[in-house]
Amino acid sequence: MKLVIAIIKPFKLDEVREALTTLGVAGMTVTEVKGFGRQKGQTEIYRGAEYSTNMVPKIKIEVVCAAALADRVVEAVQASANTGAIGDGKIFVLDVGQAVRIRTGETDDSAL
Amino acid sequence: MKHAIKIAAGLGMGTALVMALPAWAQDAALQAPAAAPAPMVVNKGDTAWMMTSTILVLMMILPGLALFYGGLTRAKNMLSTMTQIGAVACLAMLIWVMYGYTMAFGDGGGDFISGFGKAFLAGITPDSMAATFTAGVAIPEYVFICFQMTFAAITVALVLGSVVERMKFSAVMVFGAIWLTIVYFPIAHMVWASGGLFFKMGALDFAGGTVVHINAGVSALVAALILGKRIGYPTERIVPHSLTMTGIGTGLLWVGWFGFNAGSALEANGSAALAMINTFVATASAGLAWMLVERANGHKGSALGFCSGIVAGLVAVTPAAGNSGPFGAIILGAIASVVCYYAVSFLKPKLGYDDALDAFGIHGIGGMIGAIGTGIVYAPSLGGPGKADFDMSHQLVTQFATVGTTIVWAAIGTTIAIYAAKAVTGLRVSEEVEREGLDLGEHGERAYN
Repeated sequence: MKLVIAIIKPFKLDEVREALTTLGVAGMTVTEVKGFGRQKGQTEIYRGAEYSTNMVPKIKIEVVCAAALADRVVEAVQASANTGAIGDGKIFVLDVGQAVRIRTGETDDSAL
Repeated sequence: MKHAIKIAAGLGMGTALVMALPAWAQDAALQAPAAAPAPMVVNKGDTAWMMTSTILVLMMILPGLALFYGGLTRAKNMLSTMTQIGAVACLAMLIWVMYGYTMAFGDGGGDFISGFGKAFLAGITPDSMAATFTAGVAIPEYVFICFQMTFAAITVALVLGSVVERMKFSAVMVFGAIWLTIVYFPIAHMVWASGGLFFKMGALDFAGGTVVHINAGVSALVAALILGKRIGYPTERIVPHSLTMTGIGTGLLWVGWFGFNAGSALEANGSAALAMINTFVATASAGLAWMLVERANGHKGSALGFCSGIVAGLVAVTPAAGNSGPFGAIILGAIASVVCYYAVSFLKPKLGYDDALDAFGIHGIGGMIGAIGTGIVYAPSLGGPGKADFDMSHQLVTQFATVGTTIVWAAIGTTIAIYAAKAVTGLRVSEEVEREGLDLGEHGERAYN
């Protein structure tokens, strides 16, 4: 099993979700996050006090899938979250040792 | 302002007033011979009430409408929405004292605008008086100017409900200045000034169903059509970011609306009391009716539905406030609420326009129901304040003519104002700013940190 973590632009979430659902991905976890990479953040000014934060709001998607599906998941995210502009995000893939469905006790691939 | 206002400066009762008399509540007082007008005296009680009403209407704008609309937008556009409302209201106040007041309520003029003799408030002093609807009873003209000023300010702010989340701040300001000049001031004159076209026809509009709500609603629809949809509408999830704020705004609007409606009596008297009770009961009936029609359509009764019903009821009772009995107002509120529900839930998706906060669906449609309905509930047989010889069919023809003319006028004027704003400012923010939110892109701030 693989854990695919994708950091994407917030407005791309629906497209990514749709692309993954089409592949047969049965679920995902989504978190609103902030971070920085090459994309610059905005400058904010409050009564003359200027703050330029590098932190940009992003969405983090976590998907655990069967190892055989991982490459297609990565491809689907890369295609659907792409705008061609700086700040489109990144994808990370990790190995997963074990998975358990709490309600039934099913494990690994059948727990996904 | 169910009737036109006569300013004290030596004006007698013109033929225009006499022609319009059947529509008025206090025609006996107004039929006093023009040859011997009673000397006007400022009534301190009425003045205190009108000052209170004026600031109640201000509260409807800031923070009422700002919170109501702001809560309905996404969090990234909260400040943009609130700031556009506040700024355009301020602009309206300044234009009002420069040339708006004289265009709407100055001396002389014709069917469409007044004369420019009171530009920059020329000749007005603390001793100037504005007539009320009782012969010989006046309020200071400055109070009348301020009261009317808040109406201009809220009307232009209401229009913004359809164009938020994508229109540039600069475009809003240019649009606001032109729109007030070519749409609001003439229509306010036509309905409320004694020389105005609709006034002479005897149109009933107690507190601004036509001038404020139909006008703002139709303008909002036209502006939204020209501006185009928000990116992602209607496929992406675009939902209100804080219905709590919207709920607070709804409450402030309702409270403020007593200044709007009961204040339009211009006196602290029975007519104001009638407007007051109607502003309670029509609104209560509309708030519940919206939730009931949600249930009838298989949904849960919703908080936003409740708020929407409240506003639809307030809109519908505006022209009828002092022109209806309480039970007529209850029916009118419920009908307006149900029709507005279908307008925003079915008509809008079917036609596909992006009226972001339903300024047309609630103010435009609710205003039309109210304006036409006022011609019905005014009848004494339905508990209204009309005289025994009230001719409903004749009145309805007048109401329809007024509504129709306002729709055409507002649509044409808005088209001109929007394209002018587009030429000067480009009208719409860039795609990047729209995605990121107008708070950061246009104002450099976030609402929530």
